[in-house]
Amino acid sequence: MRIFDPHIHMTSRTTDDYAAMAAHGVKAVVEPAFWLGQPRTNPGSFADYFDSLIGWEPFRAAQYGIKHHATIALNPKEANDPRCRGVLDLMPRYLDKDGVVAVGEIGYDAMTPVEDEVFAAQLAMAVEFELPALVHTPHRDKAAGTKRTLDVVKESGIEPGHVLVDHLNEVTVGIVKDSGCWMGFSIYPDTKMSPPRMVDILKEHGLERMLVNSAADWGKSDPLLTVATAEAMLAAGFTTDDVDLVLWQNPVAFYAQSGKLDLAESATEATFEGSSILRGGS
Amino acid sequence: MKLDELRAALAGHEWLAEAEVRVKADPAALPSLFARADRKLGRDEVVPGWTAGQAGRALLLKDQDQEQIRQLYDHGDAAEKLAILKALPLLDTEREGAGVPLLLDALRTNDTRLVAAALGPYAEHLDAATWRQGVIKVVFMGVPLAAVADLDERADAELATMLRSLADERAAAGRDMSADAIALLNRWEA
Repeated sequence: MRIFDPHIHMTSRTTDDYAAMAAHGVKAVVEPAFWLGQPRTNPGSFADYFDSLIGWEPFRAAQYGIKHHATIALNPKEANDPRCRGVLDLMPRYLDKDGVVAVGEIGYDAMTPVEDEVFAAQLAMAVEFELPALVHTPHRDKAAGTKRTLDVVKESGIEPGHVLVDHLNEVTVGIVKDSGCWMGFSIYPDTKMSPPRMVDILKEHGLERMLVNSAADWGKSDPLLTVATAEAMLAAGFTTDDVDLVLWQNPVAFYAQSGKLDLAESATEATFEGSSILRGGS
Repeated sequence: MKLDELRAALAGHEWLAEAEVRVKADPAALPSLFARADRKLGRDEVVPGWTAGQAGRALLLKDQDQEQIRQLYDHGDAAEKLAILKALPLLDTEREGAGVPLLLDALRTNDTRLVAAALGPYAEHLDAATWRQGVIKVVFMGVPLAAVADLDERADAELATMLRSLADERAAAGRDMSADAIALLNRWEA
C-alpha cells in the first residue's frame, strides 16, 4: 500500500511520526502553510516559516524516504491582522519555487471582509502562477462557509479542476462535488471526520476527485489516520486499486497540475543517508 | 571546474540562452528565472558533480554583483543555496572571499548537502578555526570527508586533537567514528 498524504503539517510533528508513516507506506506528503498555535505578528515570521517548508522540512522528510512538497499562502485567520498583510508581497517569490505545488491554505476562517479580499487576491495568484489552490473550509458555520467559498472560487475564474476544497463532511460534500472541484477530507481522532464515516461517504459519492488526508498538526491529530482509512476501505469491500486511487493517484493527479510534483528518488539523498537527524542532531 | 566547461556541457539548452538574454535586458527577472532553472534544465548530472540545473544556475550568476548573489542565496530554497555555494569559486566577483558569509550560513544549517558544499574549494577563504569546526561537523553528521577540499593539505595538529576527542567520545559510547575520519586521524597520530 502506498499513501500520499495531501495535507499534513509536518513542521509540528516528530521524527517518530516520520518513521511510523514510512513504516506504514506513506511515501509522499504535501505540507500546506497555515496558522500556528501562536499568532504571528509580522511578515518576517512567515518568511522564516515558508523557508523551512522549502528547506529544512523536505530534507528532514527525505531522511525517512518521504517526498515533501509545500503549498504557500497567507492563511485567513492571520490575514485579519493588518500587521501580517505584507505576507502577500512575499508570496510571488515562493510560488516560483520547485517545492511549492499549490497556493494554500486559503479560504475562510470567520468570513470577514478582509478574508474575502485576501482569498480573492490569492486565487488570482494561483491563476497567474498556473498553480492549483488548496482551500480550507471554516470549522464554524461550515455549510454557509463552503457555499460562499464556492461562489468566490467561481467568481475568480480559476478552473474548478485546479481547486481542492478541504475539511469536508457529509453536509458539505454534495455541493463541492457538483462544483467540479476536488474534495478533501481530514480524518481526525474525534472531530472533523472518522475512517468509518469516510468509507460511507466514498460509498455514496464515489472515488473520483476524492482525497483523504490526516491534516495532522500541533493539535490532537494522528498522521496514520490515512492508513486507517485505507484499511477501513478494504474491510468494507473496496479493492486495493480503489484504495490506491484515493490515497495515491488522486492526490498525485491534483498536485501534478502544478508541473512541479517530483516523486523521483534523488541521488543526493541516497549519498547522505545517515545524516545528523538519524544520528541524534548536531 | 570553470564556467566555460559548464557552458559547454549545457550547449543546446535554449532555455538557458533565452534566460541569459532576459536577465541582461531586465536584471529584475533573475530571481524568478534562477528559481525555475532546475526544473527547466533538469537534475541529471552533465559534468561530474554538477547537475544541469546547478550548472545553469552558476552561469546565471556570472556578472551579477555580490549583493544580488547574496539576495538570491537568502531567498533561495535548499537547491538554490546549494547551487550558489558550488558556484562561488567560479565567480570573478567572489574571488577575494566576499562570499564567506554564505558559507558561514550554510555551516550553521543541519542540511548535510549545504554543510558539505560549504567545505568545497571556496572554503580556502575560511579562517582555520571555522574550517576545523566545519570538518568536525562533517564527521559528526556522517558526511564522507571526500566533500572537504584540500583536506590533507589543511589538516593540522589542532584538527587531529579535535578528531581524537570525538573518537574517544564515540568509543566511550560504544559507537564508531567513520572510517575516513579514523584514517585521517591515523595519519596524524602515526
